[in-house]
Amino acid sequence: MSTLTTSPAPPLPADGLPISSPQRTLTVALAGNPNAGKTTLFNALTGLRQRVANYPGVTVERKEGFWSLSPDAPPARLIDLPGLYSLDAASLDEQIARDVLTGRASSHTPAPDCVVVAVDATNLARNLYLVTQLLEIGRPLVIALTMFDLAARQQDTELDVAELEEALGVPVVPVVTTQRCGLDALAAAVWRAAQEGASPGAGWRLSARAEEEIASLARGGRGEADESNARLCSLAGARYAAMIELYAEELPQDAERRASVEGARSRLAAADPRWWQEPVLARYDWIEQVAARAVRAKRGAAAERERTPTERIDRVATHKILGPLVLLLVMLVVFQAIFSWAQLPMDLIDHGFGSLGDVVRASMPAGLLTDLIVDGVIAGVGGVLVFLPQILLLFLFISLLEDSGYMARAAFIMDRLMRGVGLHGKAFMPLLSSFACAIPGIMATRTIENPKDRLATILIAPFMSCSARLPVYTLMIAAFFTGRKVFGVVSVGVLIIMSMYLLGIVVAVAVAWVLKHTILKSPPPPLVLELPPYRMPSFANVVQTIYQRASMFVRRAGTVILAISILLWALVTFPRAGAPAQGDGERVQPSANAREAETVQPAAGASNVAESAGAQTSGDKGEQIRNSFAGRLGRLIEPAIRPLGFDWQMGIGLIASFAARETLVSTLSIVYNVDDGGEQSGSLIEAVRNARRPDGRPAWTPLVAVSMMVFFVLACQCMSTVAVVKRETNSWRWPLFMVSYMLALAYVASLVTFQGGRLLGFS
Amino acid sequence: MSFNFQRKIAQPVAPHAPAPAAVGDETCLNCLPHGVGARVVGVSGDGSIARRLMEMGVVPGARVRVIKAAPLGDPLEIRVRSYHLALRRSEAEAITVVAGD
Repeated sequence: MSTLTTSPAPPLPADGLPISSPQRTLTVALAGNPNAGKTTLFNALTGLRQRVANYPGVTVERKEGFWSLSPDAPPARLIDLPGLYSLDAASLDEQIARDVLTGRASSHTPAPDCVVVAVDATNLARNLYLVTQLLEIGRPLVIALTMFDLAARQQDTELDVAELEEALGVPVVPVVTTQRCGLDALAAAVWRAAQEGASPGAGWRLSARAEEEIASLARGGRGEADESNARLCSLAGARYAAMIELYAEELPQDAERRASVEGARSRLAAADPRWWQEPVLARYDWIEQVAARAVRAKRGAAAERERTPTERIDRVATHKILGPLVLLLVMLVVFQAIFSWAQLPMDLIDHGFGSLGDVVRASMPAGLLTDLIVDGVIAGVGGVLVFLPQILLLFLFISLLEDSGYMARAAFIMDRLMRGVGLHGKAFMPLLSSFACAIPGIMATRTIENPKDRLATILIAPFMSCSARLPVYTLMIAAFFTGRKVFGVVSVGVLIIMSMYLLGIVVAVAVAWVLKHTILKSPPPPLVLELPPYRMPSFANVVQTIYQRASMFVRRAGTVILAISILLWALVTFPRAGAPAQGDGERVQPSANAREAETVQPAAGASNVAESAGAQTSGDKGEQIRNSFAGRLGRLIEPAIRPLGFDWQMGIGLIASFAARETLVSTLSIVYNVDDGGEQSGSLIEAVRNARRPDGRPAWTPLVAVSMMVFFVLACQCMSTVAVVKRETNSWRWPLFMVSYMLALAYVASLVTFQGGRLLGFS
Repeated sequence: MSFNFQRKIAQPVAPHAPAPAAVGDETCLNCLPHGVGARVVGVSGDGSIARRLMEMGVVPGARVRVIKAAPLGDPLEIRVRSYHLALRRSEAEAITVVAGD
């Protein structure tokens, strides 16, 4: 990216001067309201030449691409700003957008040479609000009038583009993005505006009293400006900065500055308690004047407005009874897709990596390197990619629901329920997605604006029983609860699985409530949510979204997962067992190490005898695991997990399952020396049933199985989730917090289950 | 903007609207019957919610209409400045309107 920026940053010409070098890479920012067609426009302008990253230190996504403005200049850098209704910096998105527009976002992003703002022609007044704020900033501005075709067709009013251009004082270019109409004209207008470098500025003024305060703040503010803000502190810039300070919700950091802003505010408040509304009212007054010039009622338009298609759809989609039913149906389809349609590609990937591993193992000399490649790298990469079909499908649905406008309706319907827990209606879809897999669910929380609400949603998402828990549930059910029925009809197994799902939901609700009343305390999130008109999702947009999400998952989460897989492989592989002297006679005291003595395990001896009946090779494998670091860890934690009903072999399974839950099943197969059978093979079920404690009692009982399942419902055993939370929150703090509190909850719940169950006489 | 209020005020607009006051039958958006057009008189409070509502175009003089309530009774769907907005009843309470087009 940086190689394409030919001049060193910040390459800003002085205010108003024409740009001297035609070879300089121009920077253009794209702004617009949510649902104004900004993303579609961005995709159409940049094609596939774009990349997504985060702004440094925050979770706001930063999208950039290249856009050819003129054949004899390098393509311009096009920065896609977050979708915004306003620039008043109430949210992180708005703050970032303002920083980008004023050139303060990062050292290598200069203030844009031109700002393109997507304005929805069907919703002119509200969209123009953002335009008024962009005019205040004083960058060259070009308006891309989107949905122009819809406005011409649907509405009872007529829009005069030339008149609008005149009234606003900036170029207005109607575009129909789907047909690529107007894009060349837009490029030409942006090119011209960037060359001229002029902006008409704001066309309105505040009351004399307010202007006086702003002017005095602006004079005082000049001194503190640093060099990179030189442009901002030109006369218009200083006025703008002072106005933002005066009307922002927060106060400036600097103490002296804070005092002068506070003074100005209290003087204004004394004269008019609603002083803070003044800029908003002034902007809307001006918008009304612009609209009065440019918008005319169509001749012959019916006095009674006929229903729009959106209103007709909403008569069903948000109907008192039908609305929730439609939502249920949508949920069913999404779940069906994720659970069953994704199965085939997931199996293919799984088998593909399995056979790749076999081929590699066959063609390379046996040894550590081969083991590392097969068991560490290939199995690790496979473990990541196996989730890809579910993620792709889920994001297909999420982007379809989002782009069509239905997602806002789902939030509208569910808000009342979600608010009971202190969450936002928008948290519903991410939580629902988490039943398939928490990873896309957590990634989908980006639609929640308030960072605290978003964090609360992220922190409870892993409680939703995801598909990776199913292999564990099914193994436990198959081993201990098959054939049992309640009242002769309902199978106990189904009841247990259902209770596990329910347990996750109940705990999630409780945790959300606690979080929202303690560390994430914030007033109940307001719901001011636009219900946009239904629109046909654009194929290109959907593909682009899916591609970006998938590649982000594979790249970022993938690297962490790969590293941890290799670590886990090392933990079960080292130290190498089987100095030949130890042969197959007495394996009880393998390396006579200190830790062995410490954990005093006659247990190891007894279970060894039982196991030596197993096949020779798998016996070696079991031996290897017992002596590996993982095995030692298993024995080390045994005292801690014994109250839950678990022994050290299950301990190894637990440790391994922190990589991914379903790993428990494959680890148990290794620990119990089950010969490479399929994961759900009968032999593993038999082995689990037959495993014995040192004293000859069965290691697993139905109660242990339930305790294990409860642990799996509540513990965050998924490094992919941890990696994604790290990515989404941009710190290790929250993922570590999540893992620890979930582990604590899982431990306590498992303890209560096992000990309580014993007290009640279960075994 | 403020033309013609007087004429409309005479008509009873809402079954549970407060009795017409001397200056006009001001009521809150939450109390406005569904489907009845109204104009915004003001947004009370000075928190971020009031600010956000005004930025979204709910400013004095703007036309609003309550379309419907969500299936569970809250939030409300309103139409303002030719688009649709969902907001909670508690937020609608802060919006003073006067019924009539």
